[in-house]
Amino acid sequence: MYAVRRTVATLGTVVAIAVGGLAASSSVAMAAGAATRLNVAPGTVLEEVPGVLEEVLEVPVGAEPDGSPVTVDVTVFRPSGSAAGAGSAGPWPAVVLAHGFGGSKADLVERGRDLASRGYLVIGYSARGFGRSGGRIHLNDPAYEVADARALVDLLGARADVVHDAAGDPRVGVVGASYGGALAVMLGATDPRVDSVVGVVAWNDLAEAFFPQFAVVGPGAGEPTSVAVVDRAPEPGPFKALWASRFFGSALTGGSGANGGGPGGSGASGGGPGGAVCGRFDLVVCRLFLAAAESGRPSPELLTLLHAHSPRPLLPGLHAPTMLVQGMSDSLFGLEQADATARAIAGQVPRLSVRWIDGGHDGLSSTAEADEQALRDWLAATLVTSGPQSVTGAEFVYAAPIPRRRSVAPLLSSPDYPIAGAWTSVPLSPTAPAAGGGPETGQRIVNPPGGQPSSVTAIPSFGGLGVGAAAYQLAALPGQSAAFDTPVFDARTTVVGSPRVTLTVTSTGDESVLFLSLWQVTGGQSTLPRRLVAPVRIATTPGRPSTVEVALAPATWTVEAGSSLRLLVTSTDSGYAAPRAARVDLVAVGGDGLRLPIVTGTVVSAESDVDTESIGVATAIAVLLAVIGVLAWLARRRRRLLPDRPDLADVPLVVEHLVKTYADGHRAVGDVSWRAERGQVVGLLGPNGAGKTTTLRMALGLITPDSGAVYLGGQPVRPGSSALAGVGALVEGPGFLPHLTGRENLRAYWAATGRPMQEARFDEALDVAALGGAVDRPVRSYSHGMRQRLGIAQAMLGLPDLLVLDEPTNGLDPPQIAAMRPILARYAAAGRTVVVSSHLLAEVEQTCSHVVVMHAGRVVTAGPVADLVDSSDTTVVHLDPATTPESVAAVADRLRQVDGVATVEVAADEGDSRLVITARMPRPDVVRALAAVGADVVGVSSRKHLEEVFLRVIAAAQTPLDTDDESDRGSTADDPGSGVEGTTGNTIDSVTERLRQVRAR
Amino acid sequence: MTAAEGAVQVREVAKVGGRHTGKALSFGAEVRRQFGRRRTFWGFVVMLALPLILVGAFAIGRTTGPPGGTRLADLAQQGSANFAIFALSAASDFLLVVLAALFAGDAVPSEASWSTLRYLLVAPVPRARLLASKWAVAVASLAVAIVVYLGWGLLVGGLAYGWEAFTNPAGGVLDWGQLLPRLGIAAAYLFVSLLQVAGIAFVLGVRTDAPLGAVGVAVLVAIVSSILGQIESLGDLRNGLPLHYQRAWLDLLSPQVDWTAMRHGVLWSLLYTLLTVGLAFGLFRRKDVLS
Repeated sequence: MYAVRRTVATLGTVVAIAVGGLAASSSVAMAAGAATRLNVAPGTVLEEVPGVLEEVLEVPVGAEPDGSPVTVDVTVFRPSGSAAGAGSAGPWPAVVLAHGFGGSKADLVERGRDLASRGYLVIGYSARGFGRSGGRIHLNDPAYEVADARALVDLLGARADVVHDAAGDPRVGVVGASYGGALAVMLGATDPRVDSVVGVVAWNDLAEAFFPQFAVVGPGAGEPTSVAVVDRAPEPGPFKALWASRFFGSALTGGSGANGGGPGGSGASGGGPGGAVCGRFDLVVCRLFLAAAESGRPSPELLTLLHAHSPRPLLPGLHAPTMLVQGMSDSLFGLEQADATARAIAGQVPRLSVRWIDGGHDGLSSTAEADEQALRDWLAATLVTSGPQSVTGAEFVYAAPIPRRRSVAPLLSSPDYPIAGAWTSVPLSPTAPAAGGGPETGQRIVNPPGGQPSSVTAIPSFGGLGVGAAAYQLAALPGQSAAFDTPVFDARTTVVGSPRVTLTVTSTGDESVLFLSLWQVTGGQSTLPRRLVAPVRIATTPGRPSTVEVALAPATWTVEAGSSLRLLVTSTDSGYAAPRAARVDLVAVGGDGLRLPIVTGTVVSAESDVDTESIGVATAIAVLLAVIGVLAWLARRRRRLLPDRPDLADVPLVVEHLVKTYADGHRAVGDVSWRAERGQVVGLLGPNGAGKTTTLRMALGLITPDSGAVYLGGQPVRPGSSALAGVGALVEGPGFLPHLTGRENLRAYWAATGRPMQEARFDEALDVAALGGAVDRPVRSYSHGMRQRLGIAQAMLGLPDLLVLDEPTNGLDPPQIAAMRPILARYAAAGRTVVVSSHLLAEVEQTCSHVVVMHAGRVVTAGPVADLVDSSDTTVVHLDPATTPESVAAVADRLRQVDGVATVEVAADEGDSRLVITARMPRPDVVRALAAVGADVVGVSSRKHLEEVFLRVIAAAQTPLDTDDESDRGSTADDPGSGVEGTTGNTIDSVTERLRQVRAR
Repeated sequence: MTAAEGAVQVREVAKVGGRHTGKALSFGAEVRRQFGRRRTFWGFVVMLALPLILVGAFAIGRTTGPPGGTRLADLAQQGSANFAIFALSAASDFLLVVLAALFAGDAVPSEASWSTLRYLLVAPVPRARLLASKWAVAVASLAVAIVVYLGWGLLVGGLAYGWEAFTNPAGGVLDWGQLLPRLGIAAAYLFVSLLQVAGIAFVLGVRTDAPLGAVGVAVLVAIVSSILGQIESLGDLRNGLPLHYQRAWLDLLSPQVDWTAMRHGVLWSLLYTLLTVGLAFGLFRRKDVLS
């Protein structure tokens, strides 16, 4: 069922497509369009697409042989007044469109609209026996189908909106494909009013199409008059059974489907024996066909009928300009059909155009767009141009094989048709030694009893069966085929037309049917570039050789240098009804081998030889290179914008107004400025999230500040700037190549700096790391502390001017921390600078000479540690907890009166009362003075701890928005309800107290 | 030594260092960083194992198939050249693609995942320099992999099946004198064609810090590209897919070489490579290194 439907589609729409232009996918759209159109009442005028009016008519035509009246279903497409440039109200030249076998006018909608929008009045109609038209299929009977078309010309002759050459003589062209193509030629040949004929994949003689015979008259008839001429021997060839059954079946199913609602349906299934299987076929045609299908041989009546239903006998009457388009992917109506028509009319039509495309009934044309354009140009030249047609002779356009890795065939042209061409002979030799080892050069092939199995070359309408060896093996069945190879071609050769070969057959039967196909052999691989087969039927005398000249199916081939051609002769072909009697043939080729027609054409259109893809991509590369160059130049310019600062040349690290907001909107650092001088150990303090690490990353060029700058010895820091060579760093934990040992890692790191190995001071660094034997183990086996020490050692490689250590004591145990302190102190003492960031305040207090306290992305305070935490004139006194605040205040007041006491600060807290006293006298005197004023002293300390300073300044800088200091809150988590957030005056004291409590724990 | 003298000495060191940043992360230094990685090691092991696996597979399946045939596999046991070319065609679609993605996609994010990237940048290695070295070494590894694989295939094939020259299954014989230059061109073509995969992996690696993410996504791109390549309706649009022309080197095996596809393949690959590597440099120049 599927196959039959597919056949309908093939005959109806694919052939229409083969004319060109209509994309394959449009067949669905056309079918859909047809569905709506079928419901439109006759006489309705619609504008379904802008600019085109469509009018449905029922035109009465000649009655059937039995007298029943027939109307054909017509759609008239014409430009509407709104169509720009198409002429507002006519008159327009007219075009009659005829559809393919099994189709209907629905297939013509797209082309009809296209031509109408270009200024033609177009008639598309369903032929008699198809679609909604009445009547039966007479296979283009001049008395019926062709007469119907003349009736449509009459109709056009009566319309005022059509250009007229004379009264009743409209300016009209007729365009059709396949069934419609033959009709177009026959109409042109029988109606002198037709001004232009376009016959696409049409037949010349239907009898020869269904009983093809490629044995030609000869041998010795001389060179053919045309490269594609197949001057057939009179004996009809084998029956093209597969195509015939499809042809027949398509009309049967297609016709009966329309029967249900169509006016032609009445009595269709009546009419005596065979009526039911004949569908809408005319019974005479049908019965002759059925008989031939059974016998495999045509009856003389059938041959007569098929001859009569062909353009061939009518061609002497054709005097209109004619365009013939024929396909090479067409096992039904091959190029020889168009050639026969063209040669018949070559001298008598004012203009002849022959176009060989690579599409056809078996496939689509690769040059569809060019084909469609050629059709439009043809119609414009023959219909629009006013005045009598000048005789411009003939033109010939042919599609060469599609070059490798291209998708469109190059089109070449030759100025005249028919063309004699140049003939060249190549020798043929059997591929395998002759069976039996006899002297003969022939090969023995068997026709199996019943004709099965049969060789498969091309499946009609499906094109080929894949490629390569599989296809060849299906075609060249062992014992049933003979192959003859040409020598390898040493130059690229293009063959245009019908190669010829002389075949000598010695058969055991009294006739031999053979099938010849032309393969191309590249290396060991045989391919069938044109899926065509040339059948021959040769009358033979048993045991006596018969010689026959064979024209192979015409097409175009390109034989590359290094390839050869192979002539394959098979006894069977799946597309044909071959004789069923068993037979053995000895097949040999004539001494002059394979004669190839060579035509030198000029390229009219090809997928341009200019490699547009290469040029396009190369251009894109060039543009990209230019863009990259410009961007790189701009980046380099922008980098130069930050100048050196000679005034800062002696300062190892200056951080100026750094601002950094991360992509997520988090403002990590806002306007931070500080500096680290030579010889200092600077502690960068702050709770987690204060912006310490971000600042250090900016200082090291790892991240780019939004604004502000970092200077190392006066040079601005940019990513990878050479100023960083004087910096050693440990940032956010060490990082090593896990597959290398500790020592190798230090070496790999130093190698990456590109500096001489002797500057590295590996031994000193490894002393710092104190890894012992582990230094030669892969780093992946190290503990956290070992990695941390190795990280510090790596930072110290080369003894950099500035050492930046971010949380260096992470993972170190107390003895290691203690050991680290003198190392850093000694390092700075040598005139270098160390920056240590930490949140371990005690550690910083003991290690650093200076601190920078950061909080929430800002510098809260900065200065020497000593200044911050201690001064000899400050004494902190703890009073008896029982002392009431009033008496504490009283004590403080009294103390302020003491000479030498500068300030007294009361720090009262629940359960603790302290006085911070600044005095210009020794501490023992302060204690004595305290006793004198009656203070209940329970403790005296000499200095504030850094923690106190830290927490005090943090609290002072506290803003309600701060949520960063998680760790601080973490340390006070035991005290919910009174967080650090409360920014009142006494918070400092309560925080200090809480810290004290934490410390006590 | 006084503190001042020490400072002077330190500054001199810094200056010397500054002058030497031109040599930062030299090609050799980067090679030493990558050498000895398990990733590299196993990549090469798998690659070199493939020809041996193929020989083993042919040995097991020796009984099947008549001599002759039209695919490379059918004649792979013909000799050294046929075997090497079959092995190359077997690897060129996927194994070498994965290796290219691995070498290039892993280069930057592996440093990031080891936390060594920031130390390289502080060393200091200029960012463009770092990427250039990483790219050069990744690409050189790829070149070495292709050449070693091809040579290994010739060697294994020669030892297993003899030192026959190349017989094209589709016909024609190339003697060693013809074949070796073409093999060199094939290796070069594959190298250039795989650069685009390396480029895609490279830019992804710069963008993400997950080493396997970059490699995986690059391989995924190759897979999606090959899937799209099978959609006929895309027509010529498919020519622009990465790796569309990956098999064009097989054209070199015909007696007469059609260079069109290889020219297209090279140009497309260069375009993709330039695009991705340029993008990688642009992204990395501005990137905030947080890993």
